[in-house]
Amino acid sequence: MTSIEDYGKYETAWCPGCGNFGILNALKHALVACELAPHQVLLVSGIGQAAKAPHYLKANVFNGLHGRSLPVAIGAKLANPELTVIAESGDGCMYGEGGNHFLAALRRNLNLTILAHDNRVYALTKGQASPTSEQGFVTKTQPHGAFAASFNPVAVAVTMGASFVARGYAGMPEHLAGLIAQAIKHRGTALVDILQPCVSFNKVNTFQWYKEHCYELADDYDPTDHAQALGTALEFGERIPLGVIYAMEKPLFEEQFAVLKNGPLARQEVSREGLRQVMQGYV
Amino acid sequence: MPRDIQLLIGGEAGQGLVTIGQLLSKALVRAGYEVFVSQSYHSRIRGGHNTYAIRLGEGPFFAPRESIDILVALNAETVELHREQLTGWALLIADSAFDPDLPGTISVPFAELGPEPLWNTAALALLGNILGLSLEPLYQAVEAMLGKKHPEALAENREIMEKSRVWAEAHVPEHDFALAGGSPVADRLLLNGNEAIALGALAGGLKFCAFYPMTPATSIVLELIAHAETMGCVFEQAEDEIAAVNMAIGAAFAGAPSMVATSGGGFALMAEGVSLAAMTETPVLIVVAQRPGPATGMPTRTEQADLEFVLHAGHGEFPRAIFAPGSIEACYQLTQKALALAELSQSPVFLLTDQFLADSARPVAPFDPTAIVPVRAGAEPDTAVTPYQRYRFTDDGLSPRLLPGLSTHLVVADSDEHDEEGHISEDHGVRIGMVEKRLRKFALLQQEAIAPELNGEKGADLLLVCWGSGQGPVQEAVAVLRDAGRSVAMLHFSQVWPLVPAQFLDILQASGKVVCVEGNATGQFARLIQRETCFAMPSRIARYDGLPFTARYILARLEKLIAVEARP
Repeated sequence: MTSIEDYGKYETAWCPGCGNFGILNALKHALVACELAPHQVLLVSGIGQAAKAPHYLKANVFNGLHGRSLPVAIGAKLANPELTVIAESGDGCMYGEGGNHFLAALRRNLNLTILAHDNRVYALTKGQASPTSEQGFVTKTQPHGAFAASFNPVAVAVTMGASFVARGYAGMPEHLAGLIAQAIKHRGTALVDILQPCVSFNKVNTFQWYKEHCYELADDYDPTDHAQALGTALEFGERIPLGVIYAMEKPLFEEQFAVLKNGPLARQEVSREGLRQVMQGYV
Repeated sequence: MPRDIQLLIGGEAGQGLVTIGQLLSKALVRAGYEVFVSQSYHSRIRGGHNTYAIRLGEGPFFAPRESIDILVALNAETVELHREQLTGWALLIADSAFDPDLPGTISVPFAELGPEPLWNTAALALLGNILGLSLEPLYQAVEAMLGKKHPEALAENREIMEKSRVWAEAHVPEHDFALAGGSPVADRLLLNGNEAIALGALAGGLKFCAFYPMTPATSIVLELIAHAETMGCVFEQAEDEIAAVNMAIGAAFAGAPSMVATSGGGFALMAEGVSLAAMTETPVLIVVAQRPGPATGMPTRTEQADLEFVLHAGHGEFPRAIFAPGSIEACYQLTQKALALAELSQSPVFLLTDQFLADSARPVAPFDPTAIVPVRAGAEPDTAVTPYQRYRFTDDGLSPRLLPGLSTHLVVADSDEHDEEGHISEDHGVRIGMVEKRLRKFALLQQEAIAPELNGEKGADLLLVCWGSGQGPVQEAVAVLRDAGRSVAMLHFSQVWPLVPAQFLDILQASGKVVCVEGNATGQFARLIQRETCFAMPSRIARYDGLPFTARYILARLEKLIAVEARP
C-alpha cells in the first residue's frame, strides 16, 4: 500500500499562500487513492512556477522546456505504455507556448493526464497577461488591459471531443484530489484545468473571488451528454462550474501500435528475421 | 560492352517516368549490371520538368554524368532542355507526336502501341531492347510492382511490352548500347541514401521516430513506416518539428532508441530540442537532410550549407557528434553508429545528408542482419548505486542512465541546471560541476571519431578534400586525373565533428596543393578545418546552384584554379 508519506516532503520556491500548495497536496492524495507507487508515475512539466511542482514530490520526473510538457509526455508514454504519465504545467505553458501541442494531444487521446495550474497570469516572469487572463486584465506589459479574448481551455477541449474534461479549484483540495484521481483512472487523455489564485500577481481572481464565483456541478449532472457539456463549458463568468464537465470513453491512440501490447519498447529485441525480410524487399 | 552509358528519362511530374526508371534499374541490377540513379524534380505534384537518370554499365558508378547517351523524352520540353547534353552518338526516344528532328531520334508511335497510361511500360520495353535485356526480367519487375495491387493490369502491360519489343526490332537504328556479359548477381540491394538510413536505423535498434514531413527527409520516414509493424516500432507524425524533437526526447528518456528526420527549416524549429537533449543528457539521433536555404530555399535541390548551423544549433555549451555519410553503405553503417553513440554519450548526435545522396540509388552488397549489435537503452537497474542519482558525478562525465518505471529507482531529469539527483539547482558550485561533467563527454566523442579516409598516397601533388555526399563525384574526378597521369589523392570526411587533427593534419601538410570541394558558397568545412588546425585551404571548389557535384564540374573548375595560379 502506498501512503502519502511515500510521496515525500520538499521545500518549495512558491510564495506563502500560493494555490500550488493545494494542488500539490491534492495530487499526492490522488496518487495514493489510485494506489500508485512513486516509481510507476512519470510527471512531465514545462517551465513556470507550476512546472516546478514535480520537483516537490517523489516520482519519476522530466522537467522539460517551456510549452513542451505534452510532446515529451506523449513520447514517453509511447515508449513505455505501462507508466502513469501526467503532464503538469501552468496556463502559459500549456495553453500559450504549448497551444498547438494541447490541441494535438486532445485529438490523439493517449492514456495520460493533463494538469493545468490555471492562475490566469504569468507568475514566474512576474506578472504578465496569460492566455486565460480576463479581457481588460491590467499588468505592466498590458497597461491598458489585456485586449485579446480570454482562452477557455475547458470549452475548447469539450468542443474537440476530448475524452475527459474537468475543472477543479486549488482552494478545494479534497474535491480536486477526487477529480485528479478520476482523471488518472480515465482511459484516455484527461484534462483537469485547475483554477488557482496567484497571491502575488493576480489581484483580481483571488481566493475570495473564486469563492464567490465557483459552484460544484450537481450530483445528477450527466458528463456523457456532449450538448449539455458544451453549454456547461461555456459558462465562465458570473458562475463557474467545477467538476467533471465531459467524459466519454474513446479509442486509445496507443492501441493502434500492436507492439505496445508487449510492454515497454526498451526491452523489446530487434527481430533479425524481420530485418532479413525488410532487406529482401530491396533486392 | 559499353562501359558507361548515361540514360535520362525526362517529362512532367505524373507521367510515370520514375516508374520506368525504377523498373529498369531493378532489372539491370538483377541482371548483374552497375547503376547509379539520380533524380531531379520540382516542388510540385503535377507538371514541371522532372528527370530520372540512370548511369549504367560496367561501373561501379558513384556520381551522375552530365552528358547523355540515351534520352527518353516524355514531352517536347525535355528535348529542348537537354539537347545540348546529348553526346554525338546519342539516341533520343520521343513520341512521334512531337518528332524533334534531331540525329539519333527514334520516333515512336506510342498511340499505335496502346493507351496512354501504358506508355511508360512501352518505353521500358523499348529501352530493354536497346540495352539488350531480354523481356523477362523487365516483365518480372513490372509483375513485382503491379502483381499484388493490380493483377488485372498485368495482361495489358505484357501485351504492350511485347508489341513495343516487336516495333523496336523493326525500327531502332544501329547503335552501340547493347549490354553484354552481365551475369546475374544474387541479393544485391538497390538503395538510395534515405532508404539506407532507414535500414541502418532499424538494424541499429531504432524504436521511435517522430517527424513533420519535409523534403528531402520525408522519404526516410516513409521507409521506416513501411516496416513499422515488421520491426515493432512506433512512428508518429507530430504537429510540428518542435513537438517531433520533444517527443523523441520523451521516448528516449523512457527507453526507446529515438530519432527525428528533417531538413534545415524544420531543424531550425528543433534547435531548442538539441539543447534540451544535451542538458537532460538524453540520447537522440537527429538526421538533417540538407537542401538549399535560406528559408524555404529550393525544396527539391541539394546543398551542403547547413554544416555550421548543425554544428552550432542549440543554446549553451555541450558536446555533440556529426556524421556525414558519403555513400549508400555509409548511410547504413553511420546511422547505426550514430544511434549507438547517442546512447553511449547520452547526447544529441547528428547525421548530415542532402537531397543528392537522399535520392541517389546504387546497388550494394547485402548487409548481414546477424552482424548487427542493436543499441540497448539505459543501464541495468541492479548496477545503480543507491540512492540512485541520474546525474552522479563521474570521471568520464557519464552517469548511469536508468529508465523510468523499469525499477523502483526514481529517475529525475531537468532542463534547468540540476544537482546530481536531477532537481533544480541555482548553486554555482553545482553549476560548475555539471558544466564540466557534460563537457567531459567530449573526450569519448573524440575517441570514437571516425578518421577521414585517404584515397591515394600521402604526399600527392594534389589533394582534394571533401565531406559527406561530395565523396562520389570527387572520387570520379580523382580517377580521371590519375588516368591522365597526375599525382592526386582524396581525403573524405564522413564525420565532420569532432575533428581530431592527429588523424589528418599530417596528410594535409604533406600534400602539394590542397583544394576543398564542398557544396556551399562560403567554404564552411574549409573554415572549420582552419579553426581547428590553423591549416588554411584558400583553394576551393564550391557549388551552390542547387545541383550536385559531378566529376566534370570539379575538373573544369580545377583546371581554372590551376591556370589562374600558374599565371606569372
